[in-house]
Amino acid sequence: MLKIENLHASVEDKNILKGINLEVKPGEVHAIMGPNGSGKSTLSSVVAGKEEYEVTDGKIFFNGEDIEELAAEERAHKGIFLSFQYPVEIPGVSVTNFIKTAINESRKAKGLEDMPAKDMLKLIREKSELLEIDRKFLSRSLNEGFSGGEKKRNEIFQMAMLEPKLAILDETDSGLDIDALRIVANGVNKLKSKDNAVVVITHYQRLLDYIVPDFVHVLHNGRIVKSGGKELAHELEERGYDWIKEEAANA
Amino acid sequence: MDLKDKLVSSFLAFENKVDIDTHVHNVRSEAIKVFEEKGFPTKKEEAWKYTSLNKILKEDYSVFPKQENALDYKDIKKYFIHEIDSYNVVFIDGKYSSHLSQTTHDGIDVCLMSSALTSPKYRLIIENHFNKAATADSLSSLNTAFSQEGVYIHIPKNKIADKPIQFINFSTGTEASTLLQPRNLVVAEENSHVQIIERHQSLTANPVLTNSVTEIFTKKRAIVDYYKIQNDSKNASLIDNTFIKQQRESIASVHTFSFGGKLIRNNLNYFQEGERIDSILKGVTILGDKQHVDHNTLVHHIEPNCESHQDYKGIYGDKSTGVFNGKIIVEKEAQKTNAFQSNNNILVSDKASINTKPQLEIFADDVKCSHGCTIGQLDESAMFYMQSRGIPKKEAKALLMYAFSNNVLSSVKIPELKQRINKIIANKLGVNIGFDL
Repeated sequence: MLKIENLHASVEDKNILKGINLEVKPGEVHAIMGPNGSGKSTLSSVVAGKEEYEVTDGKIFFNGEDIEELAAEERAHKGIFLSFQYPVEIPGVSVTNFIKTAINESRKAKGLEDMPAKDMLKLIREKSELLEIDRKFLSRSLNEGFSGGEKKRNEIFQMAMLEPKLAILDETDSGLDIDALRIVANGVNKLKSKDNAVVVITHYQRLLDYIVPDFVHVLHNGRIVKSGGKELAHELEERGYDWIKEEAANA
Repeated sequence: MDLKDKLVSSFLAFENKVDIDTHVHNVRSEAIKVFEEKGFPTKKEEAWKYTSLNKILKEDYSVFPKQENALDYKDIKKYFIHEIDSYNVVFIDGKYSSHLSQTTHDGIDVCLMSSALTSPKYRLIIENHFNKAATADSLSSLNTAFSQEGVYIHIPKNKIADKPIQFINFSTGTEASTLLQPRNLVVAEENSHVQIIERHQSLTANPVLTNSVTEIFTKKRAIVDYYKIQNDSKNASLIDNTFIKQQRESIASVHTFSFGGKLIRNNLNYFQEGERIDSILKGVTILGDKQHVDHNTLVHHIEPNCESHQDYKGIYGDKSTGVFNGKIIVEKEAQKTNAFQSNNNILVSDKASINTKPQLEIFADDVKCSHGCTIGQLDESAMFYMQSRGIPKKEAKALLMYAFSNNVLSSVKIPELKQRINKIIANKLGVNIGFDL
């Protein structure tokens, strides 16, 4: 589904990604871990198509198609979803109207009519129940004055509405208390199927107790320096990242 | 002969057509003298520093349209908020169109200024109100001198107008260029309520200059909600002079939506002559091309315990230019005044510009006055966030701009009008999304 080959990327002439190779297949859950500043968020932004990031070398394929030239919204229409570490506040646009616009723009791109209001309402009700979101919450301005937990829950709510093929969750666990974490993880797990894939980007192993990865990759200094199964996450939790850095330095 | 000379000399011709032996005509005669003395404002005047009328005054305007023109309702229906039942007053090239209008004398008066100015029935109201709110600046004086036609609205005590009143001034462009000077009077007596929608619409590309004066009187506890839709064609210019005199406990709100036209100057003046008055001034401006808008507001707090709320949002693209000049005067007696003013702007293009200037003159010592203006750009991180959810750049931009103006739009009390404004905004921003927030 997602195939990244020798990806190099920079922002403002600073090289951040220095040769990433990664393949994610349908039905898989991958975790990307690593210390601060290792390039985790850059990787997610580059895959989602943030303009400020320049791909200087390498390729990103999504379902066999090179997506380098595609705008962020076109990638979203193809089924890539990025849950933001820091969701942006948009005063004046309600959660409901935002998600309605997002869904209808995706449909428009596929040559479909707007979703009938009745179906939209049904879908919103269904998905907000899944994430235990209060209906009042949906009429509030997007992310404005939301707590950390509400913002993240809202991200996963949008993911549930948009039903992406590939969901990248960037530090979704940060700012979540244990109850919110459970709700969010539960939501992600319910949306998982053999046809879609999830990439969890996280600093800590905590979230991975709930969203269990098939593969764990360690990112350091713009490269994936170690890959393994879910036990690797536990090892990182116990031993920290220093041994990884040493191994990388000695390699 | 320049336009000023032409106007002054055509006053004689004008006098041949009206009854000159009246109170109203005395007022007109005084006004033409003022205009003759002052002439058109120039950039040398502080209040006109950023707006030059030079170019638009060079046209050879026809002052009295010669022929009567007719329009088919189906061709102009779209300019009405036709989804609502309303009283309509329509003028075509300055002449009343009975065919397109629906006036009334049933409980309230919605009729023609020309009949109010001449009919004995209205003599007292006219004498007590006509030109009693307007100031003697040169453009208002020019309008006063030639005042003859427009809308007359009178809402008696304790009466609530059963439906909104819409009035539209069409210009057909059959003349090479046209000068129009509508004169409107709104008197809302004690404890009455009325909603009014005003629009000026040019139907061709021929130059039109409208110099309009509207006087509004809100008596004790009256409520007037006034909406101005300024979305005219690219060769139409508008100078809108609105004067509002408020008595105690009254509420007057004016929403100004400036989306089109070549040059727009809004002179919006409030005079608070009683206690516990609320004055509300709101505006959304979205301009492109080389369009120019100048919002010049004045709120004069004269008595204690009153409030004023000003909120103007501007979005400027291409080479458009904007001015916001908001003056608040708080007299010594006007203690416990709450006056708020905010002007927020987004420049969408490098070549667009805005000059914004709050002007506070406070002589009382126990008041709350706040003002703030911002000039910014669209938030790039918000754009990426929206795009990553599948909303294309253009639509994301539009949604952000809409959201930016939303707190002004949310105070529009007629839902169908708000929907129409939403549509005009979507159109203006070149997107096809419903902003039903």
